[in-house]
Amino acid sequence: MSELSRRKLISTGLAAAAGASGLAVAARLADRYGLIPPDHGGVYGLGETMTYASQRLLTHSSLAREFPRSQISKTPFANGEPYQGEAFKLLQAGGFADWRVVVDGMVARPASFSPAELRSYPSSSQITHLACEEGWSFIAEWTGVPLVHVLNAVGILPQARYVVYFSMQRGWWDSIDMADALHPQTLVTYGMNGGALPVGHGGPIRLRVPRQLGYKSVKYINHLTVADNLKGFGKGLGSASPEGGYAWYAGI
Amino acid sequence: MAVPAGSPRRAAAIAPASNTGRHTAIVRVTHWITTACFFALLVSGVEIAISHPRFYWGEAGNVLTPALFVLPIPASRSTVPTGYGFVLPDQNGWSRYLHFQAAWAAVLAGLVYVVAGLFTRHFRKNLLPGGGDLSWRAISRSFADHLRFKPPGAGEAWSYNVLQRLAYLFVIFVLFPLVIWTGLAMSPAVASAFPLAVTVLGGQQSARTIHFFVSVFLVVFLLVHIVMICLAGFGNRMRAMITGRGGTHKEHV
Repeated sequence: MSELSRRKLISTGLAAAAGASGLAVAARLADRYGLIPPDHGGVYGLGETMTYASQRLLTHSSLAREFPRSQISKTPFANGEPYQGEAFKLLQAGGFADWRVVVDGMVARPASFSPAELRSYPSSSQITHLACEEGWSFIAEWTGVPLVHVLNAVGILPQARYVVYFSMQRGWWDSIDMADALHPQTLVTYGMNGGALPVGHGGPIRLRVPRQLGYKSVKYINHLTVADNLKGFGKGLGSASPEGGYAWYAGI
Repeated sequence: MAVPAGSPRRAAAIAPASNTGRHTAIVRVTHWITTACFFALLVSGVEIAISHPRFYWGEAGNVLTPALFVLPIPASRSTVPTGYGFVLPDQNGWSRYLHFQAAWAAVLAGLVYVVAGLFTRHFRKNLLPGGGDLSWRAISRSFADHLRFKPPGAGEAWSYNVLQRLAYLFVIFVLFPLVIWTGLAMSPAVASAFPLAVTVLGGQQSARTIHFFVSVFLVVFLLVHIVMICLAGFGNRMRAMITGRGGTHKEHV
């Protein structure tokens, strides 16, 4: 082996080792600062991780754009048929007075809230965009109580890293990190465009996450769980979306 | 007689003495990464578009609002009226994952290409047209040569003609940045951090519509690019972009 090629081999080896250890350090740091999404595995994991990590660094506390009242869509499109479950229809017949949103997991005081109780909290309204991953969208005024207010009421424990939320509609559940859970615009929503939230749009209770695509704003919410990791939920990918082939993080 | 761009005289000044060095390794590697990403982005982009083949202008739009235009193709969603009696299965899951993964790879390859291109003076040496080439006469002559499908002269084995230079610069510094910008402007999270990036485009639906048209332009560029390679000699040009070797000896075939 000539001197030149040996030197080349050694320097290539050193560069490869430096690159590998650099990647390992980057992965450790990213995990520590919560920059790794739960669906980071698989062939598309790298792109997904880069999207989530870069956007978390750029958008940690940015506010979703709010619009003037004149921009509210006259024709908000309710995606899919209103939920038709038997238990749901019974609650609907009672004006959702018996609806409960259970909040448990890593909280000091697990509790459940009726829509009336949620309405008794200081309300917040926002005129924001709801954009579907398919490409269509509408703008509406959403009214509710910020999720952070509900979380403060039950007292989240310091190790909390995610809020998992479940729909009464079977198969629909999702989760957000604390940056979104504590975000002032993340809303436990009960009103839309000045009235009660219509069933087609997720009434009585929908979680609005305006900095992410529409599918993160799950309808018919009746259960919130605060968690320190997502392994125990479903297939451990963070929500039903990755199980159906969609990204957990939908800020794109 | 005026010397057209890419003539032997001009090329003689540019061509290296040896029969190597048409394309640098960085240009070749980033070219093929971009090629792979472009096809991934195109397939997944088409797949995403057909789930809602309606386009709007402004901030918001859905099936209940009038469209700017509607693609006459079947939608992968039955709630999107298309005039067709059948629907395609919704394939947005993998296509969205693939779209963003390929976009990351393309953007990173593009950054390497641009930074390396500035350092090695690739843009100035190979892509910026010379002063004389930018005259209307030179451009119209090059244009006429293209329209007559005139095969390139020997010099073009070593350098680009003026239309080629302008087309590449337009794609690299106008269409690619625009398609990245309009893509990011569709992201609700990016819009929250950089609202102006959306509002100057006219809104999120406008960004989607512009993204579609820029993609169409890029596909048109790709088709012309492939036709030109075939006219110039497919084997030579492919070899140059794969191995880096140019060569004039087999140019006139």
